[in-house]
Amino acid sequence: MAQTETTSLPIAAPRVRSGARAATWLGVAPFFLFALMFLIGPTFMLLIGAFQDAEGQFTLANMAKLLQPNIVSAYWISIKVSAASAVLGAAFGFGLAYAAVLGGLPRFVRPVLMTFSGVASNFAGIPLSFAFLATLGRLGLVTVLLMELFGFNLYRTGFNLLSFWGLTLTYLYFQIPLMVLILAPALDGLKPEWREASSILGASGWQYWRHVAFPVLWPAILGTTLLLFANAFGAVATAYALTGSSLNIVTILLYAQIRGDVLHDQNLGYALALGMILITGISNGAYILLRARAERWLR
Amino acid sequence: MKPNRIGPWIAIALGALYFLLPLIGTFEFSLRMRRGEYSFDAYQVVLADPRFQSSVAYSALLAVATIVIGILLILPTAYWIRLKLPRLAPVVEFITLMPLIIPPIVLVFGYLRFYNSSSFLPMTGNVRATDLLLTFGYVVLSLPYMYRAIDTGLRAIDVRTLTEAAESLGASRATILFRVILPNVRSAVLSGAFLTFAIVIGEFVLGSLLNRPVFASYMQLVGANRAYEPAALAIIAFVVTWGCMGLIQVFGRARYMARAEKG
Repeated sequence: MAQTETTSLPIAAPRVRSGARAATWLGVAPFFLFALMFLIGPTFMLLIGAFQDAEGQFTLANMAKLLQPNIVSAYWISIKVSAASAVLGAAFGFGLAYAAVLGGLPRFVRPVLMTFSGVASNFAGIPLSFAFLATLGRLGLVTVLLMELFGFNLYRTGFNLLSFWGLTLTYLYFQIPLMVLILAPALDGLKPEWREASSILGASGWQYWRHVAFPVLWPAILGTTLLLFANAFGAVATAYALTGSSLNIVTILLYAQIRGDVLHDQNLGYALALGMILITGISNGAYILLRARAERWLR
Repeated sequence: MKPNRIGPWIAIALGALYFLLPLIGTFEFSLRMRRGEYSFDAYQVVLADPRFQSSVAYSALLAVATIVIGILLILPTAYWIRLKLPRLAPVVEFITLMPLIIPPIVLVFGYLRFYNSSSFLPMTGNVRATDLLLTFGYVVLSLPYMYRAIDTGLRAIDVRTLTEAAESLGASRATILFRVILPNVRSAVLSGAFLTFAIVIGEFVLGSLLNRPVFASYMQLVGANRAYEPAALAIIAFVVTWGCMGLIQVFGRARYMARAEKG
């Protein structure tokens, strides 16, 4: 986050007694204690468990066991669903945000879209899966209407809500709004002067986007896409309520492992969790870094 | 230069279609319980179910506890960081973003290992302690949003001057925090609070894996066993989420979050 701390920095901190300094640090102690006990500590224990065997000895065997076909395929399906929903969510979210911010539409469009996006980005999990089942399931409104009005059998085409594309389509319901929420302010940061200046210099619309707007926007777009990826990768409830255990994605496998040790190996479960942290950590870590970069132009 | 408006209109129309169809479909489905005519039977069945009432009450109570603990933890920390330890700000900010990196399912897995019945602090061994652990877990999940909302609120006021003015009038630390600072960042705190409420009321993984009767677990159970009630529940959940977001708007979300969400 961009911080302009000049007003709140002490001008010249007077030398304080060490007791007073300890008291200063005491002010943040509860927060750090909380973070240690309920965020860092438990996660760290999992990481250690991932490198231990059942007797608590150090081993790399759990990492090797992650290469079992069913685990690799679970990761792979998760990555595919997350990537598809992130890329499509970013593309459609960009389109919507662009239309509302720069599309020259009536004024009411933007606040309506932003409010709705705030709701929809939080409307995930169990109820979202119910909504899609009621709409595109075998007896859902759209399925039935297509059949009655056009004699078109959606499920005859090979479409199935409880599948890769069904899950992706459902995830988009919270992915697109999240993209809109983050990108709309970034599009606001594109100053009209830049566009005017480039058209005075003879640039076409395409050249303006290629050489001015896109270089300013790409960290926000790429960063948010990575955020969406991690967002989908860690999601459990939507997929669980939608597909039960019929789609073998990694969060559902981990859920089943925590519930009933389906892998018959506690430590392999920890390794599974470690793999998830690595993937979400890399993509969200990159998002956090890109976010700082995105703010450089968008003040 | 007049931009071409056909493209934007198409985008908005397609978006509206995609976002409204599932809501319409769900609503229509929820009315189909009585054969041959539309009725609100599914809603009556759901609302009259004692497990619905108790799970909603339980989740709402947890949400309120999460908000109170979250404010008590984050407001003093964010205030203290601004006032005395600005160089710690990046560290604290990073910690508050960690829940985005660690998926909730991994977090709760960690809890089950860290606080199991043979650990140094067997919080999962006792129902009340599990409730507390669940609440703390929710505080962790809300950290990114709550910290950001409060920190953005604090940035908009002059913390140092307010503190010095209050100190020179003899106010204690607690008085400064809760009677001077808090009222000044009230709308930021409230927007964080409503967002937290919306998150907690629909949260499934933590509650389900810690075996507590949260609302989302009830929804999952109904979804697995009933036909029309789930659609009614989805509509109810949507209305609740909408209510929380509406309240955020009312309490000046636009002012604070517009800046926060630039990131």
